[in-house]
Amino acid sequence: MKLNLDTDKIARCRECASDIADEVMKGVERVTTTAIERTVLRLVGVDGVDSAGVPLPNVLVDMLREAGRLGDGAACHMGRAVAATGLSPQAIADKAAAGELDFASFDDVEDDRARAVLEDAIEASLARIEANAAKRCELIEKLDPGTEPLIYVIVATGNIYEDVGQAQSAARSGADIIAVIRSTAQSLLDYVPYGATTEGFGGTFATQENFRIMRKALDEVSLETGRYIRLVNYCSGLCMPEIAAMGAMERLDMMLNDSMYGILFRDINMKRTFADQHFSRMLNAYAGITINTGEDNYLTTSDAYEEAHIVLASQFINEALAYRSGLPDEQIGLGHAFEIDPATTNGFLYEVAQAQMARDIFPNKPLKYMPPTKYMTGDIFKGYLMNGMFNLAGVMTGQSIQLLGMLTEAVHTPHIHDRYLAIRNAKYVFNNARNLGEEITFKRGGIVESRAQQVLNEATTTLEQVRKTGLMAAIEDGVFAGISRTPDGGRGLDGVVERNPEYWNPFAEEIPARLTRGGRCSSCRK
Amino acid sequence: MPKVDLERVRPYGDTLDDGKVQLAFSLPLRYGPEAKEAARQLAMKMGFEDVDVVSAHDLGGPFTFFVVYGKCVHSVDVTQLHIPKVEVEQMDYFQINDFIRDKLGRKITVVAACTGSDAHTVGIDAIINMKGYAGEYGLERYPWFRAYNLGAQVPNETLVARAIETGADAILVSQIVTQKNVHIANLTRLVDLVEAEGIRDDVLLICGGPRISHELALELGFDAGFGPGTLPSHVAAYIAQELVRKEHRTSARLTEER
Repeated sequence: MKLNLDTDKIARCRECASDIADEVMKGVERVTTTAIERTVLRLVGVDGVDSAGVPLPNVLVDMLREAGRLGDGAACHMGRAVAATGLSPQAIADKAAAGELDFASFDDVEDDRARAVLEDAIEASLARIEANAAKRCELIEKLDPGTEPLIYVIVATGNIYEDVGQAQSAARSGADIIAVIRSTAQSLLDYVPYGATTEGFGGTFATQENFRIMRKALDEVSLETGRYIRLVNYCSGLCMPEIAAMGAMERLDMMLNDSMYGILFRDINMKRTFADQHFSRMLNAYAGITINTGEDNYLTTSDAYEEAHIVLASQFINEALAYRSGLPDEQIGLGHAFEIDPATTNGFLYEVAQAQMARDIFPNKPLKYMPPTKYMTGDIFKGYLMNGMFNLAGVMTGQSIQLLGMLTEAVHTPHIHDRYLAIRNAKYVFNNARNLGEEITFKRGGIVESRAQQVLNEATTTLEQVRKTGLMAAIEDGVFAGISRTPDGGRGLDGVVERNPEYWNPFAEEIPARLTRGGRCSSCRK
Repeated sequence: MPKVDLERVRPYGDTLDDGKVQLAFSLPLRYGPEAKEAARQLAMKMGFEDVDVVSAHDLGGPFTFFVVYGKCVHSVDVTQLHIPKVEVEQMDYFQINDFIRDKLGRKITVVAACTGSDAHTVGIDAIINMKGYAGEYGLERYPWFRAYNLGAQVPNETLVARAIETGADAILVSQIVTQKNVHIANLTRLVDLVEAEGIRDDVLLICGGPRISHELALELGFDAGFGPGTLPSHVAAYIAQELVRKEHRTSARLTEER
């Protein structure tokens, strides 16, 4: 550890976070959600849309919900329908959507039989995900895996075909990771749009076809550049687990996936979010996908100096909940950000303190470092320098994933050369200060060390308080980002249902068992 | 320094009227001499002379980025410009609260939101939230303001309903996402809705965001627009002063009618 942090306090934070997560899990294990059940249907092979454009998983889940049968689990009803009709899950979905079959009505089939007939579909789906994880490992082994901090940039044209050109250009310029930012408000849609899309606002819709198109484009440019280019999307909002499943099927490499982001910043119901994030993280774990948590958001809505301890507290909670979904350390990308007011005297020292603290406390996790946005004004020249300072902090504190700042932040979604300039900035700073961190020791009791210890102390107090009240009550009290949400408020609560005793989710049963079986590689388990 | 001719103002590099401008842009062309020449000719068509492509970068694939200098041949007659500005006398936190207490004698209610699909609350939070921005308190902190920040992705209908419910004196809308001009349509809908509800004369309609100007705001039917660099006190002072002006106008009209 480079900073002489109080290890007892770190242990106490972990203990508190663990208790907090256990409490959350009690609620999670009692319920399922429309999104989880739609995900199960997608995983057993249901895809496509009905004549009105409604995704078939939504059509089937709505039928079950209306019949009051969703608490059995969609797999249970799909198994019965397959056993009774001899049709495939996709054919059953097509017929149900056409009104030729009542999905919730096959009650005569024995549970054992219903489960047995789905075995092949379940196994095929898991095998596809596992093959993707293995393929990723194979490509990373064959190609250059990249040097940390990995360079992460965003494309956001709204048109997937336009995104492809920009993503490939960015990769050729040196980007390691491409995130296709979503159209604004997709997180509030209670379905996943279908097919390739060319219209979006502030981003491009996340659809399985768009995932496939971008994956193919990045594989091409990976072979061309000799570096494995990773693909990122947003596993958040009302369709969190469905996006996870699509990402697992199309070999995405990272997913934005935070335990509280949707609750706080999108006003999505907390019961819904906790249940959805648990299952989505299981799928991410199984697919070898690295999650990126969203602690940077606390710093854009609140003051980055005063709220630093909330970032740390949230990182501990995200870590504890991620472990409960079976994610290994290497796939838990904890977020934080460089957002202190640039007018602050010694602001850079505080940034370094917070970044080094995160590295010291989470030594084996791929930390995701977010750039300045709040104080970017359209003064592109100052902004470019701020991004340089951010890059310096990133390389000297050993960050893993560096989301590059754009000089035109607050002006427009990045133009092709904005991204190029950002990559040049990062490559220059990273190369020029490559081993700076190894040369540095921090003054005992100096500004950096004292600041880090102070943040840790405050995070300990916060976590102890949250353990006392429980996470839901703490969110209601506005502990996180000063935003208050209630357990029964927010969007999507109507999609949360109690599980029946015979509830069946084959993937939530099978994946944890396979994850603990392990293997040589933590991400593909081969 | 020689005197500037305000009827013919040109860019300034290091000598008056040298017209020097720096440009940066990309072309969807492969890096090479043809791409550079294309950039040079394009800059000439933009109205630049002595064009110098000082830097060209291969962006990978069919894209090249250029930094170009040129002399702008055009000029602007500054004496003929008429720019609408928000009429406001700058005051600080204490002066604004005193002003409201003395001149209005009641609290001012504002409702604020990021509307439509926009999820970026950084602007509205800076103006409204207790903590404020750049060392200034937000409106929530002002004892003579009652401020409601409804947050992100608020439908226009909800915002207007809350304005009616709270008897708001002012509605503040922040729009950050401007891709494909989505903010224009959204802001226009709010004006239509406020008019349809018959409360247009009862509220100040104010919008803000990085791409918002006062001129644009007036064009869209708002009372005022605030662009980048706006501080909470700018907005607070405007609302306070405008409400006092409005009350004067109303009482003057009432006197006349009598």
